[in-house]
Amino acid sequence: MNSNSQPQFSPETLELVEKIKQRYPKGKERSALLPILHIAQAEFGGWLSSEAMDYVASLLGILPIEVYEVATFYSMYNLEPVGNCVIEVCHTGPCQLKGAGDIIKHFEQRLGIKVGETTPDGKFTLKGVECLAACGTAPVMKVGWDYHENLTPDKVDAFLENQKSDGKSSHVNPY
Amino acid sequence: MVKILTEHINNPNLHKIDEYQRLGGYKSVEKALKTLTPDEVVEEVKKSGLRGRGGAGFPTGMKWSFIDKKSSNPRYLVCNADEGEPGTFKDRYLMQHNPHALIEGMITSSYALGANTAYIYVRGELYYVIRILERAIDEAYAKGLLGKNILGTGYNLDLYCQPGGGAYICGEETALIESLEGKRGNPRLKPPFPAVSGLYSCPTVVNNVETLAAIPWIVNNGGDEYAKLGVGRSTGTKLISASGHINRPGVYEIEMGLSVEEFIYSDSYCGGIANGKELKAAIPGGSSVPILPKELMLRTATGDARLMTYESLSEGGFETGTMLGSGGFIVMDETTCIVRNTLNFARFYRHESCGQCSPCREGTSWLEKILRRFEHGGATLKDVDLLVSISKNIEGKTICPLGDAAAWPVASAVRHFRHEFEEHVRNNGCTFHQ
Repeated sequence: MNSNSQPQFSPETLELVEKIKQRYPKGKERSALLPILHIAQAEFGGWLSSEAMDYVASLLGILPIEVYEVATFYSMYNLEPVGNCVIEVCHTGPCQLKGAGDIIKHFEQRLGIKVGETTPDGKFTLKGVECLAACGTAPVMKVGWDYHENLTPDKVDAFLENQKSDGKSSHVNPY
Repeated sequence: MVKILTEHINNPNLHKIDEYQRLGGYKSVEKALKTLTPDEVVEEVKKSGLRGRGGAGFPTGMKWSFIDKKSSNPRYLVCNADEGEPGTFKDRYLMQHNPHALIEGMITSSYALGANTAYIYVRGELYYVIRILERAIDEAYAKGLLGKNILGTGYNLDLYCQPGGGAYICGEETALIESLEGKRGNPRLKPPFPAVSGLYSCPTVVNNVETLAAIPWIVNNGGDEYAKLGVGRSTGTKLISASGHINRPGVYEIEMGLSVEEFIYSDSYCGGIANGKELKAAIPGGSSVPILPKELMLRTATGDARLMTYESLSEGGFETGTMLGSGGFIVMDETTCIVRNTLNFARFYRHESCGQCSPCREGTSWLEKILRRFEHGGATLKDVDLLVSISKNIEGKTICPLGDAAAWPVASAVRHFRHEFEEHVRNNGCTFHQ
């Protein structure tokens, strides 16, 4: 999406939105807000601009503020631009016990940024996130909708090499 | 031992409905819908003694019996698959490998509750699990196990998956309902309880994944058979998520009553402490339950072997006991810094507090700030008691249990490892990780 233009879903995505709205009783379509925000974030470059949120509000017939208050509450929604590939490393208790701190440091060194930052070329964003419910295979990270488990510095290097060659975006429509 | 949830978990085709049915799956739907009344199903669940597996341990049959039958509104069953308690990963494991067990449990349970619509609220990070569940749900529709007139009995049920947005608080049932309505996950004041006014102000039951997946076995074999498993009021089996410094991390289905010592050291379970180290402490029920040092983890204060049951783990109250919680069993070896671990959890709860209640919103921030002083320098001996005081001022003073969940790890760490906090003061910071 060009950041200057009004965001707009494709006809296929609009069909999907209608299908999701059917899951709830008549008059309760607001329930579709969280899944549709996930779709909007994926399709509009990995983050939710106020224009994107206004558009989602119009699709559900609710007020823009009702979308903003939800988008600001949940940590999966990015309210600022992010890199093409968002790397989310779990840094909660069990992962920390198994060396999540070293994994984050390794990413920081390899990417030349601090956790929470995006590389100047816009290719990577590095985030520390809370428990991903995969403590038995710690340390763990999530990229797009994929989990990478039992991480080691070597696995991180292999991931980055792979990512640099194929340049895959982590902003993928979950449906 | 009997495995109720994981007997065929290593079968690579278990997620396919034909294989699941070949192994006896979906029999409980047939039995319940064709031979039992809804109340008879509830009665079996009551007899089983099954308690909520999400962490609170409330008797499931009793929770079901609270559903408002006088209401003319539709009823809903909602599965809580918002697994987010640090140390807990059993529901993800179960849904990923055995999705039909959950779906079967939801059909039978919805019938018992008189619900014609049900939702599985899965944390948003787990879309790959949602895809597995949705494929399984499609298969169940195609076999006539979901939709209109299920198995020709006239009973209708629609089942959908709903993603969360990344918020631990939505594991609390009223926050989950708010979230499912497309709102912020702020917990509601109770009463009214969801059984009277839940989703869309209609009678609603919210149950954990593991709880619902146990229902088919109970219906097939009878509540009395289930109650024969386990010890006392801790009936049946429990999934334990084992993580931390152990040789064999993973999910284990245990019969209630197994000793903690066997669970930690047996090669059938955790396989002992990794790298030949000694056990220092463990948190047996997810990050929110009290941490115990080795001695109290293996034996109660009165010298009895500590067992994996609701009662044995809580024996001694918060002075010398802990809780079974979600079964998120986090093991720490002798090299672990308790202060750093406590700080990590304090940061987690500060991040996850919804901000609605002042004691939790402000208190979790203060706990994190003060624990940072211990870890990075600048704490005083008075700060040790300040941590205890703040914990007490959060505990029991909030709408939902997140406040307690934030307070207990800090209070218990100071109770059992006060010397380590004092050492951090003397050394002006942590000396564990240099």
